Amino acid sequence: MSELKGWKEIPIGGMILEAGNAEQYETGDWRAFRPVFGEAECINCFQCWLNCPDSSILVDAENEEMVGFDLKHCKGCGICAAVCPVNARVSKKAEEELEKDDPRLCIRIVEEGKFQEVGDE
Amino acid sequence: MSKFKALDGNAAVATAMRQINPDVVAAYPITPQTATVQTFSEYVNNGLVDTEFVTVESEHSAMSACVGASAAGARVMTATSANGLALMWEIVYIAASSRLPIVMSLVNRALSGPINIHPDHSDVMGIRDSGWIILMSENGQEAYDNIIQAMRIGEHPEVLLPVAVCQDGFITGHGLERVEIYEDSDVQSFIGTYEPEWPLLDLDNPKTYGPLDFYDYYYEHKRQQIEAMENAKPVILDVAKEFNERFGRDYGLFEAYRLDDADVAVVVANSTAGTAKTVVDDLRDEGHKVGMLKIRLFRPFPAEELVKALGHLDALAVMDRSVSFGAMGNGGPLYLELLAALAAHGVSLPVADYVYGLGGRDILPREIEGVFRDALDMAETGEVERNVTYLSVRE
Repeated sequence: MSELKGWKEIPIGGMILEAGNAEQYETGDWRAFRPVFGEAECINCFQCWLNCPDSSILVDAENEEMVGFDLKHCKGCGICAAVCPVNARVSKKAEEELEKDDPRLCIRIVEEGKFQEVGDE
Repeated sequence: MSKFKALDGNAAVATAMRQINPDVVAAYPITPQTATVQTFSEYVNNGLVDTEFVTVESEHSAMSACVGASAAGARVMTATSANGLALMWEIVYIAASSRLPIVMSLVNRALSGPINIHPDHSDVMGIRDSGWIILMSENGQEAYDNIIQAMRIGEHPEVLLPVAVCQDGFITGHGLERVEIYEDSDVQSFIGTYEPEWPLLDLDNPKTYGPLDFYDYYYEHKRQQIEAMENAKPVILDVAKEFNERFGRDYGLFEAYRLDDADVAVVVANSTAGTAKTVVDDLRDEGHKVGMLKIRLFRPFPAEELVKALGHLDALAVMDRSVSFGAMGNGGPLYLELLAALAAHGVSLPVADYVYGLGGRDILPREIEGVFRDALDMAETGEVERNVTYLSVRE
């Protein structure tokens, strides 16, 4: 967090005069869970990107690829994993409801700090 | 040229609203304010104003609509009374803390329960810590004049706070009086054009109103509100001076009536001041040096100026048209605050409180005379016999 300003230096009434500055507020440290890529291959459907409430799905627009998670802002809500159609297909194939941190999934949700997988950031 | 008209206080305020021609009015009917917005809605219907009149389903929504419209950059007005104000309460604070210069006509009425529609000041005293500027009016003329001045006060860049203009329900709200109505064009040129600095509808400069504000900045925003309240007092005096030059009516932070050479005085707000003046005159005729001070500005409370005006007295009686249950001596808010002001400025004189007129109970000249006679006794003995008296309540 940058140096806190005095009451004379800030806009009145709690107004935010700078559009889009929520990006400067790093909400990633609120996280108890984090998304990581699993084994199943991402099909780049962008459902996670579309549904993420914190704009924390990183995409390579040029190559139309989902490339990872912005963990500075991701709050770990797990919506990305919940809407992932590959996750659904993997679960169906396994003929069981998989635990959310099952490595076979495309997007798995793990406890923060518990795992560090290759290529998850 | 101004014109004298026979208007009740509600119609006088509705006339001011027509002349101001606000961009948005959002209001819900409640006695004894109903006549204000009802009359104003006729002006809207007949095309006399350009106002977007938002009919809402409750006062909570009325104040919410006012907040949204004011943030958008509109000039916004509303009116309410008692329980309506109570229902607005949450958003009343949000209007002030979002620094939105909404002007509200508050036609004072007793808060339930038991349910009552008649005047006392329990409604306005509920918002005394909300961050609104509060002006009190003795009659329809003052309500009309205060509403016009309120636009300038609230919208002043050093202030940017909402303003409530009070008058007593029925007594002046529905009482027909001679009211001087100024030329529409004069009122328009006095209030000028409202040019908000941060309108939400300025789409080229997107901004956010009302975001989450935690322990790291909330306190700084409250400090700004305190500063705005501090700034309001000189602005109110400047606006009053200009108003006097334009319209020939002299307003200050309060009105002192035969007070300068008085030995004892009564402090009072709203319509009862009119009755108290006749009592002052009668007692002066008898040779008693009595005076009266009528509160105009209740928030910000002009403590220093009040002490200066009252400090020379031998005794002071405060008349409160509401009670602060459980406060020191179960006194009224005006008494408690005046007592604190005098003490803080090192002035020591006998002060007694007279709670009166709750739920619209009549206050008669002979009762006010009794208050003055008590004050004269206090001046003689230097003693306060009773701190708080509940005037004309049956035992």
